[in-house]
Amino acid sequence: MTVTDVPAPAAAPPSGAGHASPGRLAARRFFRHRLALAGLIMLGLFALAAIVLPWILGTDPNQVIPTAIRQPPGAGHPLGTDSAGRDVLARLLVGGRISLLVGLSSALVATLIGLMLGAVAGYFGGWVDGVLSRFADVVLAFPSLIVIIVVAAFVGPSLPTLILSIGLFGWPTPFRIVRGLTLSLREQDALVAVAGLGAGPLRILRRHVVPVVVAPLTVVATLAVAQAILLEATVSFLGLGVPPPTASWGNMLNDAQSLTILETMPWLWLPPGIAIALTILAVNFIGDGLRDAADPRRGR
Amino acid sequence: MIAFLVRRLLVSAVVLVGISVLLFVLLQLMPGDPAEMMIDPMSFSGDRDAAVALRRHELGLDASLPVQYFHWVAELLRGNLGFSFSSGQPVTQVMAERLGPTVSLMGTALLISLLAGIPMGIVAALRRNSAVDYGTTVVSLLAISVPSFFGALLGIYVFGLKLGWVPTSGMNSIGGGGFLDSLHHLVLPACILGFALAGPYVRYARAGMLEVLGQDFLTTARSKGLTRRRVIGRHALHNALIPLVTVVAIQIPTLFAGAVVVEQIFAWPGMGRMALDAVLARDYPILLGFVMAVAVLVLLCNLLADVAYALIDPRIRL
Repeated sequence: MTVTDVPAPAAAPPSGAGHASPGRLAARRFFRHRLALAGLIMLGLFALAAIVLPWILGTDPNQVIPTAIRQPPGAGHPLGTDSAGRDVLARLLVGGRISLLVGLSSALVATLIGLMLGAVAGYFGGWVDGVLSRFADVVLAFPSLIVIIVVAAFVGPSLPTLILSIGLFGWPTPFRIVRGLTLSLREQDALVAVAGLGAGPLRILRRHVVPVVVAPLTVVATLAVAQAILLEATVSFLGLGVPPPTASWGNMLNDAQSLTILETMPWLWLPPGIAIALTILAVNFIGDGLRDAADPRRGR
Repeated sequence: MIAFLVRRLLVSAVVLVGISVLLFVLLQLMPGDPAEMMIDPMSFSGDRDAAVALRRHELGLDASLPVQYFHWVAELLRGNLGFSFSSGQPVTQVMAERLGPTVSLMGTALLISLLAGIPMGIVAALRRNSAVDYGTTVVSLLAISVPSFFGALLGIYVFGLKLGWVPTSGMNSIGGGGFLDSLHHLVLPACILGFALAGPYVRYARAGMLEVLGQDFLTTARSKGLTRRRVIGRHALHNALIPLVTVVAIQIPTLFAGAVVVEQIFAWPGMGRMALDAVLARDYPILLGFVMAVAVLVLLCNLLADVAYALIDPRIRL
């Protein structure tokens, strides 16, 4: 990204509604993006179902019914029951909450760390930048799944561990974006003047860096949500993520490693698998639309 | 060029030392004592505490952490990564046995993903905004979005169990063997892993091609009266594909992570499965050896990609 597509720091994001403001134009580009709109609607429906439906249905996702083990879909259990006689639909909905929770909070952790470190590296430059950038390269080059598995084995699998470890290994991408933009901002006369007037680093970060990086950062954060949901599902599938009895889409698929279950009881593994794929797809569609919307030169 | 290589190798060495210290400390803090686990309380009669202490001494676990680390590094430099806690075999030997299957799986998957992804991306760019382009975008996003474990389960369900075309697990039939048998076992896992990798290639190939298509030298080539075939085939393709060298390097971590999952599901006797088994058995030496091997390979691939990039693109000087 070059300096030219960075709005001047003085022209901070429009607060009111100028009729052709950059924000308005970006929103228009986003909503014209059909896939992004479809993704937004899909994700909205999923989130609504995961949050509201468990209350309406009232089925306990953790209630073990020994007499109703691995029952095919039918009356009482619309999606059947699992190996412990628990209702698959109830677990699917509650698992959706876990996926959204892990996705959003890990992406938030990663983006905040990336924003802070990126601003520090870009603002101070020199050896600080050198060390942080090399560190980011190493983290980025290393397969995060493998590190997360090792961490999970080390502190024991739990939800907070999972969120933190996914977040802690996701910061290099936002870091690079913020660093690059801050570096180019720092050279601009307006910022030199602001610093000359006595504004401290924190004020410059809040008032001048954040408004500029917020658009590209939103794109990266959205893609980080998709990545986090994927990682959570994978680690939980391997039995090292969200520990039972808490339902997660990943650990619901764990049983399907047995060929008998895979072949004869598709209701146990198809719904959570499809849910994971569709959710990540929806988030990626949104990220794609945001990327095109944030960059006026792109888009169809 | 030489200076660049030396500097990069030095940085890589520092990174490796950092990773090894970090991992060593992390792994030592892991709950569970392998010496405890090796001596079965049910079958062991006599003074169990003494036996455990003796085994800890044999394994070197009673020394202080820095001593254990330097001991490990000294042995490492001599090509000895220690011995597996669970089987007692040398780590290098265990890893060497697992390397072949992993390399054949990852290599085939990489090949499949490149052969499928790049042409798709180029065609999508040439027919921009057509149905083909939209279709390719959706397929590539699917490839990125469908978790490889779910893809693997679906693949086993459809092609292994329902259609019966391919075996569902392992690398060879029991009692059977031979190249064709291995190939038969390899097809499904390699395709699943390849599909997951292909998504980004499609997108980068499309973006690279679009970028090149808009540039002035292509207008020049066209106005010289070159055929469309020649403009695309010689001038555009060559320049669009250069950045993909780096993309392959960026994808190496994904390849390793995908291999762990796919090997686990297909009971493929590779390094990923070995690592998961080692996590469950708290087999620190194997786990350390694996992570170090991945680190070395990742750093090496990045270095190779940079060098290859400079060799292909004359505009870049290292």
